[in-house]
Amino acid sequence: MNAFLSASSYFGILLSLIAYIFAVWIKKKFGYAFLNPLLVAIIITVAAVLLLNVDYEVYNSSAKYLSFLLTPATVCLAVPLYEQFDKLKENAAAILIGIFSGVLTSIASIFAMSKLFGLSRSEFVTFLPKSITTAIGLSVSEELGGYVSITVAAIIVTGVLGNIICEGILKLFRIEDPIAKGAAIGTSSHAIGTSKAIEIGEVEGAISSLSIVVAGIMTVLLSSLFAGLY
Amino acid sequence: MKYLKQFTLILGICFIGELLHHVLPLPVPASIYGIVILFLLLQFKVLKTSDIKETSSFLIEIMPAMFIPAAVGLIDVYDVLKTNLLSYLAITIISTVIVMGVSGLVTQALIKGGHKR
Repeated sequence: MNAFLSASSYFGILLSLIAYIFAVWIKKKFGYAFLNPLLVAIIITVAAVLLLNVDYEVYNSSAKYLSFLLTPATVCLAVPLYEQFDKLKENAAAILIGIFSGVLTSIASIFAMSKLFGLSRSEFVTFLPKSITTAIGLSVSEELGGYVSITVAAIIVTGVLGNIICEGILKLFRIEDPIAKGAAIGTSSHAIGTSKAIEIGEVEGAISSLSIVVAGIMTVLLSSLFAGLY
Repeated sequence: MKYLKQFTLILGICFIGELLHHVLPLPVPASIYGIVILFLLLQFKVLKTSDIKETSSFLIEIMPAMFIPAAVGLIDVYDVLKTNLLSYLAITIISTVIVMGVSGLVTQALIKGGHKR
């Protein structure tokens, strides 16, 4: 069986897609907020990979075609952004300042907690880009001397976490404006959070997409500045 | 031919994004150049949304599933993480919540303030 799975060109991608469809079905059927489809799909996929005793490389040899589509899909976020551009222009100052305050908060909170937990400078810069999209975050971490594999892990955990908790957190903080919701999700949890924002609404999705770009660029500019202060 | 043309257009934009990433000395990935390029093409009416609508809707719809392989990959880095797992998790969770709250509240306050004036 293992030899067969190792040679299969479809096992990893099929497992991931079936897990996701099943997770969406579970969410629909039971409706609990904690049954986040992405989280449930990840748990099912990890469980299957571990139970079948398949190496990650084997799983990923076909699952990578799913990851391959990430860049084209991210590019397509320009479509909702374009469609909602009037709304964005009207509130440009509020959105940009909102994203900027989020980026500063991210850096400041990571700075404070790294000091609190006595982390090394390398560990601090590893977490600095954790709220931005993987491809940018990875190069920020690399450039500042962080542990790139941990940065990637932190970015993914941040995104999945944002995807899971955003509806609850937005309610808790009484963030009800769709534009503010989009800025909050995109700034804190990049593309993975944005995939949730798109499900919440068109405006939320568009502003969240914009936040990926803006927060990413702001973080690049501010990170090297703060890395020197630690 | 509709889907073929749409998919080709999107991949073409990704390729140009890759090219810019290669040529320009900035830490900006192909996907971010791509969003900007596609947005400008739409904004300046070089492309209409109908030129890519179906394929872009499809890609955006299945986007959440595209993150599964990377997340499953975390099982391979667990060994590196476990020595400091608690503080790593605390930093990740706490800062994500605070950032979400602050950026949302600031944006909302500014929008409300702007409408009152």
